[in-house]
Amino acid sequence: MTPPRTERIRIRFDKFGRIRFTSHRDVARVWERSLRRSRLPVSYSEGFSPRPRLRFGLALATAHESCGEYLDVDLEPGAVSSGRVDIDELAPLVNPMLPPGMTIQATAHVEPGAPSLQESVDSCTWLVDVPQMTPAQAHDLVERALAAEELPVTRTRKGKSVTDDIRPNVLALRVADPDERPPAAEWQPAGALLRAELGTHPRACRPAELLAAVDPTLEEGRVVRLHQWTMVDGVRREPVPLEASPPVGAGIARPSAAHAIERAS
Amino acid sequence: MSAAPPNPSSTATAGSSSVWSALEPHLPKVAKPARYIGLEDGAPASERAPHKVGWLLCYPDTYEIGLPNQGLQILREIVNERDDAYAERGYAVWSDLEAIMRRERIPFFSVETHTSAAAFDAIAFNLSAELTYTNVLNCVDLAGVPVRSDERDETHPLVVVGGHCTYNPEPLADFVDVVVLGDGEEVIGEITDVLREWRAEGKTAGSRPNVLRALAGVEGVYVPSLYDVAYDGPFLAEVTPRFPDVPERVEKRTISDLAEWPYPKQQLVPLTEVVHDRLNVEVFRGCTRGCRFCQAGMITRPVRERPAEQVRSMIDSGLKRTGYDEVTLTSLSTADFSGIEQTVQDVMDLDTGSAQPITLGLPSLRVDAFTVGLANKIQNARRTGLTFAPEAGTWRMRQVINKLIREEDLYGAVGSAYSQGWRRMKLYFLTGLPSETDEDTLGIAELAKNCVELGREHHKNPSVTVSVGGFVPKPFTPFQWFGQNTEDELRRKINLLKDATRKMNGVQLKWHDPRASVIEGLLSRGDRRLGRVLELVWRRGGVFQEWGEHFDEKLWLDAMAECGLDPDWYIHRHRTEDEVLPWDHLSAGLHKDFLWMDWQDALAEVGLPDCRWTPCYDCGACTGYSIEHIVASATPPAGGSQGTGQDLGAGHSVPVELTPRIPQGAKP
Ligand code: SF4
Repeated sequence: MTPPRTERIRIRFDKFGRIRFTSHRDVARVWERSLRRSRLPVSYSEGFSPRPRLRFGLALATAHESCGEYLDVDLEPGAVSSGRVDIDELAPLVNPMLPPGMTIQATAHVEPGAPSLQESVDSCTWLVDVPQMTPAQAHDLVERALAAEELPVTRTRKGKSVTDDIRPNVLALRVADPDERPPAAEWQPAGALLRAELGTHPRACRPAELLAAVDPTLEEGRVVRLHQWTMVDGVRREPVPLEASPPVGAGIARPSAAHAIERAS
Repeated sequence: MSAAPPNPSSTATAGSSSVWSALEPHLPKVAKPARYIGLEDGAPASERAPHKVGWLLCYPDTYEIGLPNQGLQILREIVNERDDAYAERGYAVWSDLEAIMRRERIPFFSVETHTSAAAFDAIAFNLSAELTYTNVLNCVDLAGVPVRSDERDETHPLVVVGGHCTYNPEPLADFVDVVVLGDGEEVIGEITDVLREWRAEGKTAGSRPNVLRALAGVEGVYVPSLYDVAYDGPFLAEVTPRFPDVPERVEKRTISDLAEWPYPKQQLVPLTEVVHDRLNVEVFRGCTRGCRFCQAGMITRPVRERPAEQVRSMIDSGLKRTGYDEVTLTSLSTADFSGIEQTVQDVMDLDTGSAQPITLGLPSLRVDAFTVGLANKIQNARRTGLTFAPEAGTWRMRQVINKLIREEDLYGAVGSAYSQGWRRMKLYFLTGLPSETDEDTLGIAELAKNCVELGREHHKNPSVTVSVGGFVPKPFTPFQWFGQNTEDELRRKINLLKDATRKMNGVQLKWHDPRASVIEGLLSRGDRRLGRVLELVWRRGGVFQEWGEHFDEKLWLDAMAECGLDPDWYIHRHRTEDEVLPWDHLSAGLHKDFLWMDWQDALAEVGLPDCRWTPCYDCGACTGYSIEHIVASATPPAGGSQGTGQDLGAGHSVPVELTPRIPQGAKP
């Protein structure tokens, strides 16, 4: 007999301000404690040292901010379908348990067997402040990057230095306007802003690598991950869009579900 | 002398607000920047006001090591509960950030509001390890405050130290203004009262000496600058107060009842990983098992238990508030807590609203089957490893150090642990103990081998890790007169063990760096003349000496030579009974002749049972302060006093000869 299935929810949260200096690992531990404090019926792994079943998306580098971080939480069987947990009530329940600067923005129900966040995200949109860079230099940089046939960067892999071409992963790049900063960003640009969509396969391209590939003297200042993107039936969308509030408790284990996420109808 | 580190005081304007905007742009470039951001749950910024006394409570090591320090967390809450004071926290910054701060002239800061340290009325350090002393100097300097006490004036904060190392603060005497001995819960309020008056009077020019005089009148407070030190050749002749109102001998402070201090009420929950990252609840303070090498046990007498009911409610509310799934019951010997079994059961039965069982930690396990039974109850899920501390390899040696564990006790404990599913044992030992022979040293390997063999009866691949530390004699212990083993001797003993264990399957040997033990010994029993050595080592970059990657013995030995001081004399020399010790003008409550007799008993291989359940030896810790042990149970724990399995309290035969102590009449 197969054990009853756990129910998965996906949480979209942001990370701004001082808390940006915590690492991916730190954030994972913050979630573990905050979920315990909220007394949500989180499912635990079996074995000698049971861990809460949480799964995180692409790591956000320490010191970067974000409007679109994700985590999947497995709840005990029946938690949502029985109405014990109302996913629309999750944000007001858990947000007070989170440290200043981390806030749940949206939640959704995830079908069992849906691909993990790590697998499904294809690209990210970044806002990058480049201190000391003038708008003219920024336009020049954008032109050069887009015109380049190749953008080689040196990376270390398994202790060895390798050269990768990141040009195929520069999906979009333009100079951004200061008012494209998200409202939660409490900083002024120290130079020109770039907006870049960078691919994640086979290896995620980081904003600093883009800068280094075009002009090694450039250093990133503030960096915000604005979006993470995934392809669903040929349509590019976010794992949990902000505007959509998915239906509650609908369609557990719907056999025909091909999508990771249910969308609001 | 090489150049002093650049003094960043020019930008550290006292009273100026946050250094955050200057600091933040650099944080992406340093390792673990979350160390510097504060934001811990339980630490809302305390409100400031002009009339309030500001304390910056610091740990002179990294955030990861310092944050969990319970002493500082307790004091932080006590100060913040007052309406005339506030407290924030500071931690030594790692070398990468320090370089940036010195270059950019960013001063040492508090993690809550990033206020410059110089803007506080007092910068207080918890001293738990001698090798952090140079970090104290570095923090003060990085604050833009002169490191030497006699170069500071009213515009500077007072530099205060507390914690276990302050029972001999003499190496730091030139640098600190105020030393606090003993429990800080009450005395921090009394010091705050004095500082509040000082603030109210506007800290007028020339008022600093008066404040120090006033503080010297607070019980438990030692102001080193108010004492003259006379030498007789290399020896100390006397340490005398410079004014009649300054006490000749400073007594430690002891809170009589832990129940009145249910702190921390809001244990800080850090955002980044730290040591002891869990809920910690102190179940009792003090220990009277009388292990002769153990300074913590000697200086924290008598035993004061927290009522079991309070322990339970602190655990319950603490777990709910923090979201931790792990709690440790802290004390020097938690299995001795009256009613420990019930407390353990209560924790196991707690409803946390989660499927996950609470992990309960009991540090400092006794070596007996009772303890294994306890562990068995707790570790029903994670049966990884158990740690025991027999401390010495032979019964003779354990009588000398008064750790009265018989071999049968150890084998009983280890055997029952193996039989109940544990596979890995960790055994802690000391080497370089008084009168230790090679036979005693090799006894360590013998015990380990026998433990592995016991394990084979239950498992295929049992393992025993033997961890060996070099013994460092500490002030206010019976071993304070003992000449510490040299580095060569410690190394020779470690090599004996290496040879002996090399062919023992299942036995792993680990040892501490003997060089670090030797320098720790220098500072632990040193006098004021070491101040120059500390300053030289610090000026030459010798910070974070408690970290293997930073420790540099040569810096210390060179500085000693330059100051004309002989390391052998300080570290490896046996002291005589009549020698004036650098801490004789301080008191941990223990009569010096009690300690001397205990030292003689040690050399005679005579053990002494726990005074919780047997007659008092008049060591002074209770008698001197009219307080007594607070223990809920009048009978020894099931394991018996000292873990011998013998009920010493009931007068059964014991495996050692006991010498009941007769009070020695009036004490100095
Ligand atoms: S005064 Fe007596 S009872 Fe108190 S700690 Fe000392 S020996 Fe024990």
